[in-house]
Amino acid sequence: MRTKALIRLTFLSAVICWLVLVFSDVTVLFSRDKGLDPGVPLWLPRVMLDLYIVCLFYYYKFRIERDEGLNFTDLLWKVFATGLISTVLSLSIRLILGILGSTTLSSNILFQDVLYQINFALFLSFLLAAFSSWKRLILYQKSKWLIRLWTIFEVALLVILLSNILQIPMTDEMNVILMVLFGILTIILSANMKWVAYLNFRQKWTSILILLLTLFYIGYFFWSVVWNLPAELNNRAGMFLSYKDHFFNLCLYFFVITYSVFSFLVILFNLPTSSVFEQKLEEVVNFRISQSIQTEQNEESVYKILLESSVSSVFADAAWLEIRGSNNEARFFTYQISEEESRNIAFHLKSNNVKGVLDQNTDKTKNLSKHLAGLKGTRFRSLLSFPILVKGDIIGTLALLKELPEGFNKEMTRIVSAFANQAGISIENFRLMEEAFQNERYKEELKIAKTVQKSLLPDKLEKDPTFEMAAFSQSADEVGGDYYDTIRIDDHQVALIIADVSGKGTTAAFHMSQMKGIFHSLAQQDLDPKEFMQRANRALVYCLERGSFISATYFAIDTQSKKIRYARAGHCPVLFYRANTQQAEYLKDRGTALGMIKTKDYCNYIDTNVISYAPGDIMVLYTDGITEAKDQKGEEYGDDRLKDTLLRVTSKDPKEIAEFLISQLYEYSGTHMINDDYTTMIVKFT
Amino acid sequence: MVHIKRLQEDGADIIAIIGEIDASSSIELDLAIAKSVGEGFRKILVDCSALEYISSAGLGVFMSYIEEFKDKNVTMVLFGMKEKVMNTFTILGLADLLHIRSDRHEAKQLANELSV
Repeated sequence: MRTKALIRLTFLSAVICWLVLVFSDVTVLFSRDKGLDPGVPLWLPRVMLDLYIVCLFYYYKFRIERDEGLNFTDLLWKVFATGLISTVLSLSIRLILGILGSTTLSSNILFQDVLYQINFALFLSFLLAAFSSWKRLILYQKSKWLIRLWTIFEVALLVILLSNILQIPMTDEMNVILMVLFGILTIILSANMKWVAYLNFRQKWTSILILLLTLFYIGYFFWSVVWNLPAELNNRAGMFLSYKDHFFNLCLYFFVITYSVFSFLVILFNLPTSSVFEQKLEEVVNFRISQSIQTEQNEESVYKILLESSVSSVFADAAWLEIRGSNNEARFFTYQISEEESRNIAFHLKSNNVKGVLDQNTDKTKNLSKHLAGLKGTRFRSLLSFPILVKGDIIGTLALLKELPEGFNKEMTRIVSAFANQAGISIENFRLMEEAFQNERYKEELKIAKTVQKSLLPDKLEKDPTFEMAAFSQSADEVGGDYYDTIRIDDHQVALIIADVSGKGTTAAFHMSQMKGIFHSLAQQDLDPKEFMQRANRALVYCLERGSFISATYFAIDTQSKKIRYARAGHCPVLFYRANTQQAEYLKDRGTALGMIKTKDYCNYIDTNVISYAPGDIMVLYTDGITEAKDQKGEEYGDDRLKDTLLRVTSKDPKEIAEFLISQLYEYSGTHMINDDYTTMIVKFT
Repeated sequence: MVHIKRLQEDGADIIAIIGEIDASSSIELDLAIAKSVGEGFRKILVDCSALEYISSAGLGVFMSYIEEFKDKNVTMVLFGMKEKVMNTFTILGLADLLHIRSDRHEAKQLANELSV
């Protein structure tokens, strides 16, 4: 507000000064013409002219120099616009005069004077506008010594202006020396063209055009004000107001034209390399962004960095970032705006059917400032919105707000777009890394479980002169809980166990190790199989988690009495082949799996069974992975196929039988990629 | 893959299991039963006529409720099982622990008798 008031004040002062200048000048001229006493001091027009210059100088200082929102082309446009208005005004006056033809009025010296004053004022106004703009361009990326140099330059101009007011007499030599010094200063200052590098190709063309027109205006005014000055007027007015020799005016003129020509040439010669430069600039910007974002630890901080860096790089007044999570719940990160207000704006745009912003269904970036005007109760007049893309999916929206209307330009859009893209990539990286990490952990866990499971299975089985044993076990990628083991109870008894722990992975391996402990501690005590199962159940009931259990069959082979006592706790019934009848059968005795019945009632659900054996008999212990193996059509291998397979190889030794059974199984399933555990133990009596 | 449907009939909650129950789908079965118990049903009938396969994890679900049912006086009867599925129950020794009937009518009858 203060700036606006100052702008108005300075403009008003300039107008007043100019009016006083014109009246006093006309008065002086008129009275001098008629040989009268002018009634106003002779110095008044001169001082008023300088005051007019000072006022205009401050007017443009506030309008152009202090306006942070202007970029380079905006500055050039301002100069161009001022020049255009001045030239059009000046030309129209000239046109009117031309139409009027040579009348007494047009030859009247007073009338000529007024016209001349108008032209002169317009020219000065244009020069000062250019001066302010050039100042900003020169001081872009300023250094200390540059500021000092500029201060010297401005002070020198002020001194010239003052000397003009005070009419300090100067010799020609002094004038020449001053001129040369001033010229050197101007040329040094004019070498500051850093801003040109930041223009893109199109902006360079625009700038060249504007500069050409600016040079044309300068030429026109030079012709109309300095060159074409009516000789009569010059002669008469020279006494109190020297136009041609207005030293300040000349300096200003020299400065403006020098910088315009320099800029024009520099931009022109920069044109061929601009695309390369643009590319490099973009690379640098992207690199800086990625540096700042990639060092962050998690998604949350990426969002925050994105918000902060986009706000600071485009000078937004407020911003919000809306992120949609996997559960479709929106999260808001805001800056200088409440979540409610952001929702209001989003809702407003949605209800006005504004497509392409904030609805997260589009990949287009749009500047939708005009739609904001319709929303009451918001201080914002500009809105810029970007989607945040991860793997082509929009996961969120970034919205930047400004209180100024049309507050965003193309460069800002490009920068923020780069930020948003980089943030998307970073988030994608985070997600991939997280995934890989989880995967790796899972694999590691499986590896451990597999190692544990392997180490739980016996390296060698017990040996006995009256029977031979062989076992085979292979687990799928996902570790199962198949367990078998043997232990010698005494010189004529051997204990066997086969078990299947429900569940998979580390828990299964863990329960397996519990089963192993139970087997090794209980089997040595020469327990009745039923007693063994009861104790095992009691031990396991409180170890197993809810819903999991262990199926097992425990055998105690007595080689003296040639009898097998066994108890089946929910495990697959053993396949028993009798050599004398050449028949095989499943021993489907009742029995419930371990860990299912938590009370002492378990004794009612388990039995000890006894069978006797003869040489040549074969016992096949297996887990359900074998009978439940499926072929391509999804049909299970089943009990009957297993039995038939066994009958084909009864004469072989246990190792060969086991190998044959497994090879048949692979052939049946048609693949070596098993999806369950295959475990079998063959016992053949001799 | 499993699909579980629930419908209420004469004060009994009938849970129909359609498809296969393995380690991952057993969670759905668990949820369905837990919901039924949570809603206060005292008679739960499980329709297994469309159950194609049940793994040990699925059986574990049924087993895990036995004590809770005893405490809360809830009766669960399974019915309509295919032979293959029934075989799984028998091998694991669950046939004696659970109430299993061949069809819905018998199952209802048993549930009514038991819940008196």
